[in-house]
Order: sequence, then structure tokens, then C-alpha cells
Amino acid sequence: MSFLNNVITGISLGSIYAIIALGYTMVYGIAKMLNFAHGDVIMVGAYVCFFATGSFGLHPVAGVLLAMVVCTILGTVIEGLAYKPLRQAPSLAVLITAIGVSWFLQNSAQLLWGAAPKVFTPVVSGGLSIFGGQLNISYVTILTVVSCLVIMVLLSAFIGKGKMGKAMRACSEDKGAAQLMGINVNSTISMTFAIGSALAAIAGVLMCSAYPTLMPTTGSLPGIKAFTAAVFGGIGSVPGAFVGGLLLGIIEIFAKAYISTDLSDAIVFLALIIVLLVKPSGLLGKYVPEKV
Amino acid sequence: MKKFIAMLMAAAMMMAMVACGNTASNNGNSSNNGGSADEGGSTDGTVVIRIGGIGPLTGDNAVYGVATQLGAQVAVDEINALGGPIQFEYNFQDDTGVAETAVSAYNTLKDWEADIIYGCTTTGPSVTISAETYADRYFQLTPSASSTDVTAGKDNVFQMCFTDPNQGVTAADYISANSLGSKIGVIYNNGDAYSTGIAEAFIAHAEEIGLEVVATETYPSDKNTDYNVQLNACKDAGADLVFLPIYYSPASLILAQASAMGYAPTFFGADGMDGILTMDGFDASLAEGLMLMTPFNADATDDATVNFVESYKELSDGVIPNQFAADGYDCIYAIYAALQNIEGLADMDHEALCEALIAAFTAEDFSVDGLTGSGMSWSTSGEISKDPVVVVIQDGAYVTM
Repeated sequence: MSFLNNVITGISLGSIYAIIALGYTMVYGIAKMLNFAHGDVIMVGAYVCFFATGSFGLHPVAGVLLAMVVCTILGTVIEGLAYKPLRQAPSLAVLITAIGVSWFLQNSAQLLWGAAPKVFTPVVSGGLSIFGGQLNISYVTILTVVSCLVIMVLLSAFIGKGKMGKAMRACSEDKGAAQLMGINVNSTISMTFAIGSALAAIAGVLMCSAYPTLMPTTGSLPGIKAFTAAVFGGIGSVPGAFVGGLLLGIIEIFAKAYISTDLSDAIVFLALIIVLLVKPSGLLGKYVPEKV
Repeated sequence: MKKFIAMLMAAAMMMAMVACGNTASNNGNSSNNGGSADEGGSTDGTVVIRIGGIGPLTGDNAVYGVATQLGAQVAVDEINALGGPIQFEYNFQDDTGVAETAVSAYNTLKDWEADIIYGCTTTGPSVTISAETYADRYFQLTPSASSTDVTAGKDNVFQMCFTDPNQGVTAADYISANSLGSKIGVIYNNGDAYSTGIAEAFIAHAEEIGLEVVATETYPSDKNTDYNVQLNACKDAGADLVFLPIYYSPASLILAQASAMGYAPTFFGADGMDGILTMDGFDASLAEGLMLMTPFNADATDDATVNFVESYKELSDGVIPNQFAADGYDCIYAIYAALQNIEGLADMDHEALCEALIAAFTAEDFSVDGLTGSGMSWSTSGEISKDPVVVVIQDGAYVTM
């Protein structure tokens, strides 16, 4: 029974990593840049929802929608101000800028909302109790897994079909060629950021519903873990982010439960190294040979 | 756009230069008085003492740093308003909770010609800074850095808070004396000196006095979010009391997750647990029956506490002060009390002041009544002696046991 309990804990932690990783992987897959500020957009989304439902008494669904709108605008503004001017710059410059944006968001959040942690009111509470209360699955976990699946299907459909999706895939393959074919690369990438940031808002609300402490640095560690999950599953691959997130959560909890709580993070990253050694593009990533 | 940014930068640089100019002229004034730090600047017998504070104003530990900054500010404002012969100038620098940054904060304060160092808030930076102040001979009083490493071998460093081992031992004694639990579980952050220090002393002392510790569980960082594994281990071992020598933000998650899994032992926290009830949106029913050791209770009704809480709220936009703020407040008053016992303050530089303050703090008859205890006194090792207070949370408020 304690094994099953650990599996459930692992899935609930992993589903959070997965939903964050979806946003990471989508932006990387198309814009080919690591948006390290993604974790902090999540934090902003959670704060918006916190104040919308807590201070203004909005319905949780309205709170989530408002958070999505705010994050979409924020993501677009960040992209326009910080990343767009660097479109032609080497990718290292963009990476450093992303880290800068991450710090900027954290410190602005601290100025605006203070450093003291706030307790997030979960959008759904309670849980499913089975086997006479020996196993508990919280509704947030179920909601997170379902949201992950829905988002995954929608994203795959959006990128796979339709004009915008085609444009995104074209940009991902070759920006220069895409531009020659008459695709507006700038607006396509902005669109990608807008969608990624809206996903971040959903992830933020779900994450804080599961683990309800909210502070300006809330997004940073889950952001890094989710990035690891995205690499684990194959960065750029949408189903890979989901699988990677879940596996990472389960490995982390199993390592804690059966090996050592001290070494759990080391074991997680050891697993990542082994996967990358055996399959350099991640579990579900596509191997793209370098053409000479 | 570029022009606008350039203008902004230029404006910022101007401001910085003006600020530098001010300090420079102040320093010029004081050097006229025989080069002594900056006391004795005026003819009417007023002595100005510069207190340089260090603590994290940004980053993970900002909540504690800001509390110690503002708590001391309240005391400085009160003392200066008295208009007595001793006046304070106060400058608090951000160390982001990192030792390297603390060193540059300390250098900034030396350039500002500080006389006394107040800080740091957290243990890591304090250990580094105390070595520096020991070498440079500055008197240092920390409100909240509780490791014995901060004071060990340094005669110039004093603490306002309990030491970590002291808290662990006191907690074990208290639990045993009041038979609060027969099987004890411990969950602590082994990436943190504070948490580890208390937990290790607790476990060692529990063994000596025959308290049975059935589970010792750790987690690597306060950013950890999932504690189900640790709680399950305590539950499976049959622990009826879980000792949590950790800060309140992870503790709030532990309480929520324990409640979700239907595990309800007695939870017992150290002083880092203080503040859990002030968390925005925290469901106080989760903390019902939680016990903690804290030197300060913001709900107390004595005049000193009520006044302090009011002044602090004014400074901080309505935030209720925690024990870090109260420790900070007491630090300034302890320094003030010691300064009044020193003769010839006006002619002292920071080195002479350091020796005089060490003598004053360790004097046999020196004791201070403050918010965090009455009759507080210090040993030559820099450790404080005051009574621990255990409170239990009932109906969302502290009740002193």
C-alpha cells in the first residue's frame, strides 16, 4: 500500500512538472530558445489568481482566465522588449537575457507583493479516498493530469494542423527559409510566447493548488525541474514533456522513499545523465542529424 | 527608446553622485574631531553612533531580513526621538542571504564609517562577517543568526536569539518534562545550518534523557514542495509527536499534507515556526494544537509589545511583526543600554568602542528587559541567557503554556 501511495505522490508531483514542461518545450521547439523566465511567469500567474479570488472574490474559473490574460500580455511584452531585439544575436545572448528577465520578474514581484509567503487557496480541494482511506488521490492531481492531457492534444493538433501551426513548424525548421516563403517570423514567435505564457498561468494555478505556498521565488525551482523534465522527455516534443514530467516526479519520490531523502535530487539528475548518454535527444525527442 | 534609456541612466548616475557627495561631506565633518569615528561631532554633548546593519532584503530569506531591518528601525526612531545625548544613525545593507554579498555589504558599511555592526540576519553570512569584524575589531550583535559558529572564538560577537543547540536541548527537555509524546519523529532541512543544528542537538539530548526518536527524516531545501514521503515514514514508525525545527513556510506545507493524509500527531516547532499564522490566506485550523518555542508573541497585551506592533505596522504597511523584528528591536535597545554604561564615548573610535561594549555586555550586573525576554544577559562566549517561552496555537492565536 505504501508503494501505491508513493506512486500517487510521484504522479501528483510529476504532473506539476509536466504541465510546466509543456510550456518550456513548446517555446523551445518553435523559437529554439530556452525561456528561463517561464518559471517566473508561472509565479505571476499564481499571484494574479491569488488576488483575483482572494481579494476581489472572483470565482476560481474567472481567476484562472484572468491569470491567463495577464500572463499572455506579460509574455508578449517580455518577448517584444527583451527577446525580439536579439532575434539575430547568438543564442547565448538570448539565454543570458532570459535569466535576467527571470530575476527582474522575481524582484518586481517582491517589490509589488512583498517577500512574505502567501497561502494559495486551491481552486479545487478535497480528494478521492479509496481502499477505506488508505489511498488518497487529491482532485488537484486528477485535474492536473487531465489538463496536461487536454493541453497536450490541443497543442499537438494546433501545431500539426492549421496555417499558424504550419508557420510555427516552418520557423522551427529554418527561420530564414520560412521568411523567404512569406511567413512573418516575428509574429509567429510572438504568438508562440503568448500561448506558452497562457499555459504558464494554468500551470501556476495548478501548482499552487497542489502545493499552496506562494512567494516571489516559487516558480524558480519547479521551473528548473520542469526544464529537466523537458530535456528528459526530449526537448521540443510535446508528448515527451508529459512523459518526462511524470517520470521525473515518480523517480524523485521513489528515490526519497527507498534510497535517501538526502540524495533524491542527485539521483534524479543521475537518471537524466543516463538517459542522455543512451538517447542524446531525450526519451521521445527526434534525432536531427547535422547536415554538412 | 535608446535615448530615453540613456537619459534614465544619466539621471541614475547623477543621483548616485549626489548621494556619495552627502556622505563625503558628513565624513569631512567628523574628521575635524580628532579622527574619532564620528561621535562627538557636536558641541552640546550629543554623541552620534553609526549602526551598520546587514541582512537579506531580497531573495529567499528577504522576509526575515526585512523584519530585522524594520524592527531595529523602530527602536532607532524611538531612541532618536527621546533627544538624549546618544543619537543613532542607521544604515542597513542587503546581503541577499549570501556570504559573498554580505562581505561587500560590510565593506560598504566600513566606508560609511559604521561604529557597530548589527547583523547578519541569517547564519551563513554571519559566520563570514563575524570573522571579519573580529579581525577589524567592530562590535557585532546579531538579532537572529543562531549557530554557535557565529560566536565561537570571537569575543566581539553577541547574539540576541537562542543558539541552535540550546533550542534543541530545551525542546527535548520540555517535551520530556510535560510528557507530550512517547514516540518522536523529526523532520528537518539538512541543507540548512539552523535546522540541522537544532535537530542534531535535539536527537542527541533526547537519547540522553530517554526520549524515543523513532524517525529522523530530512529534506534538502526549503524550496522543496512535497513532504508526503517524510510524513509517511513518521506515520509508519508510529510517531505521536513530530518535531519540526524548520521555518514556517515549509512547515505550512507539511501541516497541509499531514492533514490531507489524515495524520494528526502533535507538531512541535522551534522559533523559525513563528510567523505561520501571519501568512496571507493560511488556514489557521491546520495549525490548531501546534506548539512552538518563540520569544515573542505579537498578540501579547503589555504596553511595550502593543506600542512596538503599532509602530512596526506603520513602517511596514500593516505587516504584523514576527520575532525577528522583535529581536532586532531588542538589539538596538541592548546596545543603547550598554552605551549608557560607557564613559568617554565621544573620544572613541570603533576599536575602542568595541572593547568598551564587550566589557559592558559581559559585565556582571548588565541585564536588559526587552520584548523577547526580561533580564536578558550575555556570557563571554556571546550567548544570551533568557527564558524560552512555549506557546500553543488555539483558535488561531498563540496561548502561552
